[in-house]
Amino acid sequence: MRYAETGFNLEIDLSRGSIEKVETAPQLTEFYLGGLGTNAKILWDRVPPETDPFSPDNLLIFGTGLLCGTPAPGCNRTIVTTISPQTQLMAFSMMGGFWAPELKYAGYDKVILRGKSPNLVYLWINNDQVEIRDASHLQGKGAVETQELIRQELKEPKAQVAAIGLAGENRVFFASIEQGRSSASRQGLGAVMGAKGVKAIAVRGTKDIHVAQPVEFMELCNEVLSYIKFREENYIPGVIPILARLGSPQEMAVHDEQWHTENFMWGNSRHRRRDYWNEEIAKAWMETMESMRTRLISCYNCPLKCGATISIPGLPTYMMKCFSKLTYTMAAMSDLDFGFKIAQRATEYGVDGYSTPQVMAFALELYEAGILTDQDLPGMPSENEERFYWLLDRIVRREGIGDVLANGTHWAAQQIGKGAEAYAHNNIKKHEQLPLKLGMLNPIYFLMYCTGEKINITQIEGQFPQAPFPTREEREAFVKEWFQVPDERFKQYFLDWELRGENSMPFYPTVEMCCDIVDWQERMHYIDDALGMCAGLSSFHLKPPYHIHNYPKFISSGAGIDMDEAKLTQAAKRYRTLVRAINIRRGLRRADEKPPEDHWKKRFPELEAKLLDEYYKFKGWNNEGIPTQESLHELGLDYISEDFIQRGILPEKE
Amino acid sequence: MAERKKKLVKTIKVDVDKCNGCRACEVICSAFHAAPKYSGNNPARSRIRVIREPLKDIYVPVYAGEYTAAECMGRDKYVIDGKEYDECGFCRASCPSRDLFKEPDSGLPLKCDMCESDPTLEKPLCVQWCLNDALVYEEREEEVEEEEKPEDVEIGLESLVDKYGLEKVMDSFARMSKSKKG
Ligand code: SF4
Ligand code: SF4
Ligand code: SF4
Repeated sequence: MRYAETGFNLEIDLSRGSIEKVETAPQLTEFYLGGLGTNAKILWDRVPPETDPFSPDNLLIFGTGLLCGTPAPGCNRTIVTTISPQTQLMAFSMMGGFWAPELKYAGYDKVILRGKSPNLVYLWINNDQVEIRDASHLQGKGAVETQELIRQELKEPKAQVAAIGLAGENRVFFASIEQGRSSASRQGLGAVMGAKGVKAIAVRGTKDIHVAQPVEFMELCNEVLSYIKFREENYIPGVIPILARLGSPQEMAVHDEQWHTENFMWGNSRHRRRDYWNEEIAKAWMETMESMRTRLISCYNCPLKCGATISIPGLPTYMMKCFSKLTYTMAAMSDLDFGFKIAQRATEYGVDGYSTPQVMAFALELYEAGILTDQDLPGMPSENEERFYWLLDRIVRREGIGDVLANGTHWAAQQIGKGAEAYAHNNIKKHEQLPLKLGMLNPIYFLMYCTGEKINITQIEGQFPQAPFPTREEREAFVKEWFQVPDERFKQYFLDWELRGENSMPFYPTVEMCCDIVDWQERMHYIDDALGMCAGLSSFHLKPPYHIHNYPKFISSGAGIDMDEAKLTQAAKRYRTLVRAINIRRGLRRADEKPPEDHWKKRFPELEAKLLDEYYKFKGWNNEGIPTQESLHELGLDYISEDFIQRGILPEKE
Repeated sequence: MAERKKKLVKTIKVDVDKCNGCRACEVICSAFHAAPKYSGNNPARSRIRVIREPLKDIYVPVYAGEYTAAECMGRDKYVIDGKEYDECGFCRASCPSRDLFKEPDSGLPLKCDMCESDPTLEKPLCVQWCLNDALVYEEREEEVEEEEKPEDVEIGLESLVDKYGLEKVMDSFARMSKSKKG
């Protein structure tokens, strides 16, 4: 009997219209856990590095985390994996919500799409009955609208539906997959779904999911719940509000946006507005929020409420979470009212809330600079906010300049030329980043930005404070109940970290400590992504309810896989290395691993080089960032070495 | 005439305004009733169901009540605060008109038993797992007339009889007991 997982994947060949239920090998789960880990293995095995993201040979994998569908609170992530049209690398965006557990209850761990359907279809997975259904009547429909229409058409209000909007159908490089209050939005997964001719996947399941040691497992769940309760009653002092409480950043709950609006950049990640926030704005924004937000809502089996239903008079209701509350507002230098309204249209179109606003602001910057002219933007309205709507419509329809912009700032700049490249200034690995520009180099963040393969800083940071606390007393108080650290030495790193003087940035934490800290932060995210845990209860947070000490017990008692901290660390390292290997095979090298040039004002090239040198070594990678034969062997990944040698990526061993 | 007896009345106060639609109540209820206890979970077997329509802002946790052999003569439909709820939306019955509160495979009726167990739980589990206080447990004593309650098995059998007819059930029963014993 399989525990926590179902032991079956659904293989769907869209070109041939075939559907297969395939049993998986339990050894693979032991080796790569589930979710991201096994997704990566499938991608390595079956998608050769020459594969174009939009080719039928690319796979689009919807993988549930290993513990999704068990009672583990907040464990509800679907890990969507493919090759990204924007970065040309492996993409693995996650979505919360209700889809992954539903798939488990239907009896599957993953849905693997290959090929390409000749016409637009949607999938209907109803326990053992799986159908490919015509979706021509849904063509051009909004992503939110589509979910509702499918539920009505199937007469199954309990079906969970993941859908793309027009942007995905038209292969916009930053198109998202939307599902309830959640979305998998980074790296253009929606475009790949569109290229496969799949509008949506609807799921309904009514089967059991078992755990191996029920009593132990429930005890762990109850501990997590009481710790969540404790954390909700005791915010962490000394850090910004979104880090003080659990959950995805509580953007739907907070009114005070002074920190974001004054520290993050406006426009195309350009302008810092230091004294922006004042009482008048606070009042107006609060009124907007109160009048449009109907309810705070959560994902499956989670007591937190990170999302909200937004109902704007005259517009269809939609759901929102997190920082997309501000991205449109800030890109357009506008206000919250505008942000909520345009986000409604953007959500129906199904686009990423990080990239999209920046792409539009980028276009307007190019226009101001004379690089794009009236000829390129025929009929663009003169009013600022109207321009954003206009650009959004062009982009998702790939009309005129929209066709160029739909490829994201990196590719658009290449195509436009005339110096446009300098305006695509906020990218890492060709993908738009959070609009942040800072002063002094932070060595920990430097490493995370460079080497992160999820291409999003929030998907690697979290366990270690972002900055030192001013006084020793505050630091001592912080480390007191910090049982989540894998080792006591992390407490010392933090205790000695000062704002000024010898033990301050950029030379403290030392290079060695930085490697250690980054590795820990990254590891926790990778574990979450294999188990299907929300980072908002885990890796994104200081002092989270899930950590390296209770995770092995969750896996042992949940999935029945004998696990301890060392084994879990090794497993996470294994599939983390596998992700790197996929990208290395697709051409990723050291030269690609750098933060945006202007991310920090004060840079230290020598220190930065040393950081990367040492971190690569720490990870078992050579100086180009390629995993070495030795480290691959140690992880049981000799098949990667062989492939690398064959391709001339690694030299033959003497 | 029935005797008057003291009875503990157990109430779960449902505050729909506080529900965030997480369905943790469904998870824990179905886990608790798995055999062996907590060995599995399946919200489709839960004795509490959250009616969730996020875009209409509808969130109503409903508890499974009595099994009923026949559906009501008419249906009710509520509109509250401008929100239109589905037909029979708040009804707790395991009723032939719908698949709510029935085991997914057998179709046998489900009923909330307030997490009956030995020793008695301090609070029902759905209440314990609802950290948003949408479900609050209250108990009080009341004098009531004693009535005989049919056992679970009896309710189950009754619903099978309703579905397949007495003869068929008796036939199967005879066959099963023969094969089990033989
Ligand atoms: S913490 Fe927030 S985002 Fe995470 S599972 Fe819970 S409700 Fe969803
Ligand atoms: S656990 Fe509470 S908040 Fe969650 S769905 Fe049930 S009643 Fe609503
Ligand atoms: S009280 Fe117990 S049996 Fe009843 S719905 Fe809640 S968890 Fe289920």
